[in-house]
Amino acid sequence: MHGTSYSIGRSPKRLEDHPLLTGAGRFAADIAFPGQVTMRVVRSPIAFGRILDIDTRAALDCPGVLAVWTAADLTELPPIDFRMTRVDGLEPYRQPVLARDFVRYVGEPVAVVFAEDAYAAEDAADLVFCEIDDLAPRLDPLDEPGAFAPGKDAGLRTEPAVLRKGYGDVEAAFAAAHAVVELDVAIGRHSGVPMETRGAVAILDPDTDILTLHGAAKVVHYNRDAIARMLGREPDLLQLSESHVGGGFGIRGEIYPEDVLVCAAALRLRRPVRWIEDRREHLMAANHSRDQRHRMRAAVDARGFILGLDVCFFTDQGAYIRTHGATVSDLAAALLPGPYIVPAYRVEGRIRLTNKTPCGTYRAPGRYETTFARERLIDAIARRLGLDPVAVRRVNLIPETSMPFDRGIDALGTHVVYDSGKYRDLLDRTLDHLGYPALKADLAARRAGGEAVGLGLAVFVEKSGLGPRDLARVNLGPDGAIRIVTGACSIGQGVETAMAQICAETLQVPIARMAVIHGQTREIPIGFGAFASRVTVMTGSAVKLASEDLLGRARVVAGRLLQAEPALLTYRDGAFHHSETAASVDLAGIAAQSGEGLTGEGLFETSHMNYPYGVHVAQVRIDRETCGVTVERYLVAYDIGRAVNPMLVEGQIVGAAVQGIGGALLEEFVYDADGQPLATSFADYLMPTSREAPPIEVLLREDAPSPLNPLGVKGAGEGGLTAAGAAIASAVDDALGHPGLVTRLPITPLALHEALTASAKR
Amino acid sequence: MKPAAFDYHRPTDVVAALALLDAHGADGKVLAGGQSLVAAMNFRLARPGVLIDVNRIAELDYLRVEGGHLRVGALTRHAAFHRPVVDGPLGTLLSRVVEHVAHYPIRQRGTFAGSLAHADPASEWCLTATVLDAEISVRSLRGARSIPASAFFKGTFTTALEPDELITEIRLPLLDAGWRGGFSEFSRRAGDFALAMALAVLRVESGVIRAARLGIGGVADRAIRLHAVEAALVGREATESIFRAAGAEASRAVEPSADIHASSEYRRDLIAAMVARALAEAAA
Repeated sequence: MHGTSYSIGRSPKRLEDHPLLTGAGRFAADIAFPGQVTMRVVRSPIAFGRILDIDTRAALDCPGVLAVWTAADLTELPPIDFRMTRVDGLEPYRQPVLARDFVRYVGEPVAVVFAEDAYAAEDAADLVFCEIDDLAPRLDPLDEPGAFAPGKDAGLRTEPAVLRKGYGDVEAAFAAAHAVVELDVAIGRHSGVPMETRGAVAILDPDTDILTLHGAAKVVHYNRDAIARMLGREPDLLQLSESHVGGGFGIRGEIYPEDVLVCAAALRLRRPVRWIEDRREHLMAANHSRDQRHRMRAAVDARGFILGLDVCFFTDQGAYIRTHGATVSDLAAALLPGPYIVPAYRVEGRIRLTNKTPCGTYRAPGRYETTFARERLIDAIARRLGLDPVAVRRVNLIPETSMPFDRGIDALGTHVVYDSGKYRDLLDRTLDHLGYPALKADLAARRAGGEAVGLGLAVFVEKSGLGPRDLARVNLGPDGAIRIVTGACSIGQGVETAMAQICAETLQVPIARMAVIHGQTREIPIGFGAFASRVTVMTGSAVKLASEDLLGRARVVAGRLLQAEPALLTYRDGAFHHSETAASVDLAGIAAQSGEGLTGEGLFETSHMNYPYGVHVAQVRIDRETCGVTVERYLVAYDIGRAVNPMLVEGQIVGAAVQGIGGALLEEFVYDADGQPLATSFADYLMPTSREAPPIEVLLREDAPSPLNPLGVKGAGEGGLTAAGAAIASAVDDALGHPGLVTRLPITPLALHEALTASAKR
Repeated sequence: MKPAAFDYHRPTDVVAALALLDAHGADGKVLAGGQSLVAAMNFRLARPGVLIDVNRIAELDYLRVEGGHLRVGALTRHAAFHRPVVDGPLGTLLSRVVEHVAHYPIRQRGTFAGSLAHADPASEWCLTATVLDAEISVRSLRGARSIPASAFFKGTFTTALEPDELITEIRLPLLDAGWRGGFSEFSRRAGDFALAMALAVLRVESGVIRAARLGIGGVADRAIRLHAVEAALVGREATESIFRAAGAEASRAVEPSADIHASSEYRRDLIAAMVARALAEAAA
């Protein structure tokens, strides 16, 4: 029997759930040390200005206050460097850990207070006075670029980089076009908002001189090296430790000023230093995302086939370039054509700085935005030519016979080659699943009865499994316990269960005997962490290789024990069997004979990402009088190549879809004309709740496994979100009988009211 | 998100609470359910020097019918209204309205009187008190007085309460069987503050409106009683077109407020819809 009930493709309950369900979880705020000091960040109250003076005297006089620092106290600390997508010339725009010379957004750290408890720290923080010479804030990324540091460095501009990509003869495509369809769209500023806010607790062990940062997440190895560099310490003298993490979504676990500050403070104050973010801080200090405007022109033939696509988009990057460098714009530029052939393409991505919270990646970065833009364009092409939008999509989809499909451009330093996909087949299966013609007829009948109901569909390609490599070790202990050590991180997605299942597939033992280690720099030298839907692909493949390596070593021991040629032994159900003598020895027996146990190691490397794909379908009902939008039904069809644990995959998709609906209908970081953020609590930053979330249907397919890894898997983390804005926008148009009405996300009742009012006046 | 330092008192009778209010004046703040006050303190938007916690004052915890009124003691929680507290249209209407007061956990703690004292422009209970002509009983060491709802609300978070006064009771006139209530609210999400809401109480006989009470909330600095629209409804047939016309008239009766969730123009349209819907429900 190959494969137990715990192996790949089954859905055992999660290994990691017991502590979480019994209240024994340890999140960043649960970590406390005797003698700890609380750090409180003093944040800029204004959007843009020159710092004249920061008066810390009154704060220093407060009872319980140990120290107050400004940038002047931290001159040796460099700005926070890029982790990804370094583009020449971006360095001067990196964020310092405390504001220097200028404040550039409301919420920017200008000083830190260290005190005996959180109350004393917050009281003192209120007494740090910033004298700031106000400058006119830059809020519209479409404004002509201006000086980044007025009066100080005329060479630095608020357009630090322009990305250009493309292929094919765009001019010829437009010259040959049957029609040219133009469309401008915008995606609002929103972000991942995990249930757990950020937290960082640093403690120095005076005996070993090792500084440990708790509350780390996502990319602990990279962050260990980067923070060590900033502090001028050997990487070995800094360890990062992940505890339970209450959601990542791209924004959690990047290096922020606070992470560096607690480390610097633990070294200087020689006491544990703890910072726990509050929600108001989170909404103006953690990475924002999205916020793009797209100007698109498509040259099409009479069937709606796109001959050429010419796009200029603007990314409102906020006040600084943070750790992601140009990642979001780079991904947007490279992946905008999505599942369509598009023989000629030219894109210009303009990165613009404004006086708002800096941006980074948020689940499906660059794809949520461009899928909205591209799918709106496809709908516009269909409208212009009087064609069925589904038919236009079908005509443009890359056929299965063209796989692997070389897009001819790069993303994140890798060549974009769609590894496998049956796009038309998935579209057909989606329509079959819906009973599409009958559903359309049903909705038309409801519309005829006066209801505003409609259906929207959007097709997309995701990307996953970013390299370059991952290492895993599988250790069979002398007691028979199996310990899987990875360089992955768990942000709540079920890493432990998935890795154990992959190991169980090879070792054929129950996952309950396995422990999975992640997020601990001291445990393993290489780890690239949890982002870009990479863990199951990269770490999972490394675990598979390590499991096979372990099994090979165990086989040698088994041969010795059973006095047989190892290659002749049969392995099943966790034991080696001698075919002639019927003697057998299981892994525990082998472990008992092997002294310190056996360890297998697997290093998986790749230079390409892989490309899952899917279709989203939204059915909405609109109250014409209130302009309130209710999502009645939501379907995500997604080909993941191979699902290690379908329950976990569905969980990923359902959660992501709800987030996508949030970005489509509810969530937006709004600023006033002075650059004051207006959505700084959950009263104004509206997350979807259970009352707003429709049941999410998942049509999970495994039709196009990835040829790029030994498991055939593709990433599950993001595809539930990618096309939500696009599908809902299309459904809203349909419900109101008003194609092309929606050109901006989120589709708030106010925005819909304004659009309908404007359209009624035309 | 830690409040500034404050002194804390937890009196067990009204007189002791009044003495504390008298001693601390504007620096003292009454803590009832705390569902607005504590959040404001955590944001440091409110920094009372002294909190006077009235939750242990047993004499304020009651809800009874007496003398043609529903008498709501100051410690009555929102959740008390989930099931009708009195037979007849009033209990039904209050149980309908309470579903819109924030979220279930908040309703277990927040109080009816606290909502009135806080005077949020989007408070369902402030609208209810305004439309039903509630009487608000307040006490101080100086004495007791009763303030009609029409004179109680002065603006956003502003009431006729003096700093040394405590709300002890709200009296809502009972509605006899001939009345029917209707309520309609639109908010971004379930439990969010209303962008607009309307509360209507009608007496309809043989299809004709004999008496009407109508108000709107969430659209200005306080709940607004629409006396002129009420007068125009009396004597008219209870039909959809009449309700639509009343909605349109209501929307012209105010200059609606604007915020990031709703412009003034949008609120105007919401008022029309909410009023028509509340009236239709009351007439159904």
